Amino acid sequence: MTRRTAVLDLTLSHFRSWKRGRIDTGGAPVALHGPNGAGKTNVLEAVSLLAPGRGLRRAPAPEMARKPDEIGWRVAAVVSTPSGEIEIDTRFTPGDSGRGVQIDGKTATQTALGGHVRTVWLTPAMDRLWTEAASDRRRFLDRMVLGFDAHHGDTSIAYEKAMRQRNRLLSEPPWDQNWLDSLEAQLARLGARIARGRAEALAALREAQDTAETSFPRADLAIAGDFAPEIDLDEPDMAETGLAVDLARALAEGRPRDAAAGRTLTGPHRSDLSAIYAAKAMPAAACSTGEQKALLISLCLANARALAGRTGAAPVLLFDEVAAHLDAARRAALYAEIAALGAQAWMTGTGPELFDALGADALRLAVTEEGGVSSLDPT
Amino acid sequence: MSQPGPSAITRLIELMAKLPGLGPRSARRAVLTLVKRRERLLVPLAQAMADLAESVSLCSVCGNADVTDPCAICADPKRSKKAICVVQDVADLWALERAAVFAGQYHVLGGVLSPLDGVGPDDLGLPRLVARAHSEEVQEVILALGATVDGQTTAHYVAAELAEAGVRITTLAQGVPVGGELDFLDDGTILAALTARKDV
Repeated sequence: MTRRTAVLDLTLSHFRSWKRGRIDTGGAPVALHGPNGAGKTNVLEAVSLLAPGRGLRRAPAPEMARKPDEIGWRVAAVVSTPSGEIEIDTRFTPGDSGRGVQIDGKTATQTALGGHVRTVWLTPAMDRLWTEAASDRRRFLDRMVLGFDAHHGDTSIAYEKAMRQRNRLLSEPPWDQNWLDSLEAQLARLGARIARGRAEALAALREAQDTAETSFPRADLAIAGDFAPEIDLDEPDMAETGLAVDLARALAEGRPRDAAAGRTLTGPHRSDLSAIYAAKAMPAAACSTGEQKALLISLCLANARALAGRTGAAPVLLFDEVAAHLDAARRAALYAEIAALGAQAWMTGTGPELFDALGADALRLAVTEEGGVSSLDPT
Repeated sequence: MSQPGPSAITRLIELMAKLPGLGPRSARRAVLTLVKRRERLLVPLAQAMADLAESVSLCSVCGNADVTDPCAICADPKRSKKAICVVQDVADLWALERAAVFAGQYHVLGGVLSPLDGVGPDDLGLPRLVARAHSEEVQEVILALGATVDGQTTAHYVAAELAEAGVRITTLAQGVPVGGELDFLDDGTILAALTARKDV
């Protein structure tokens, strides 16, 4: 039985530029090449929707509908997992509040998807991750955490809601102390769980970097920013409980300040992710563009290795326009590491030559676009 | 599609479509069934609804919906006065009554604390609950509220309000459902069940 997750068959219907498309991969790596705007990234986005969340573009479901039809969209796939093959169907119908999910013909939650399919992606939009706002790096980190803990998304949503409730309460004096205490107890409990999840994910990434032979640079990762608690992962339950108590106290003490600011100024939503290019002891933000890209690739591969070690299945890798940034030797090294990992990779690039070093079993597909409709041909 | 029939039918469809679980299409089907079965369904239903509208009210003791005040549960001398089970809505009370596993008293909050929705402590009838908990007969208050942020915030709040009452305060356990198999449970439920494990 396979020890990886692989999309065996993918069908798109009225999804972005694809009126209809079907890719029968047989589990092989997929290289999509073609001109800009042909619809290559749309395929990767469709695959990303086989896991929980809003996909690699973080787009609302209605935005993914093919225009001008806008009759909704559907992505269906047969996926090979360590526990067997499953059929996933996710679709959006105009008027619905979001996308619906079915697993093997039965309605399921997005959280349930996370128990079956894990994806790791790298897109050109992430190139400036280390120099952009901390929120982008938190999102990058949280997506990695989600791979290890399918409930991390639900916890984060509950945390955000509790925080909005607290902010509203603080804006309406006089304050009911008991009500604030009660709300902050929930906020602190959820915040501590988020912080623990992040700490555990970082520990798994460190271990995956320490134990791997790789051609890509090692990044020393740490939680930074306004909320960077030390969490003893030898006693994680006790550490989480202690952190919840500390956070509740900090929230109570910070009420006047937070009321004046109109927002909550402590908690995991104020954390940042810092990365040091280990070989040069240089912060990622100070590295060259190429080095920053190499660090991101390194982290994605480490994440994939950590997930494979933790869950028993290598995730599906989605590398959008990654090959173009690497010289031939680095590209070959990347393909070799993906093969060693046993992961199914979906990659895009403008020309087929970018995938010359990819294994002979890889599926190479040319994507073209005409009149706003994408199509593909095997090459 | 244009609305069918004369205005009384249209009006009924519009009202039915406001009910939980019904949309415009299912409301049309329901009304059409009523029209077709006028004597056997429509007339008795209209009479039953008129009777209910005339007599239903919220119990001044517990907040339950009934045609008498106090409600049948509060007025039942066979029910224990030792425990009060706090629920969010009447639907939760009905669920517990269907299970026929609790023979004590209830307190229906009518909602949960939510600043964003403008629901505060004054909307939940808490002074009434605190007064009841101070009664000498009451020994325990069971907080049977949802495992959501708002539900747990409310439970925390109610527990603090009752701290002076000198009663035992408990919450429902979370974990493996009766007849459930571990293989089909989500991780969160398994974690809750493991955390709340007990000696055999």
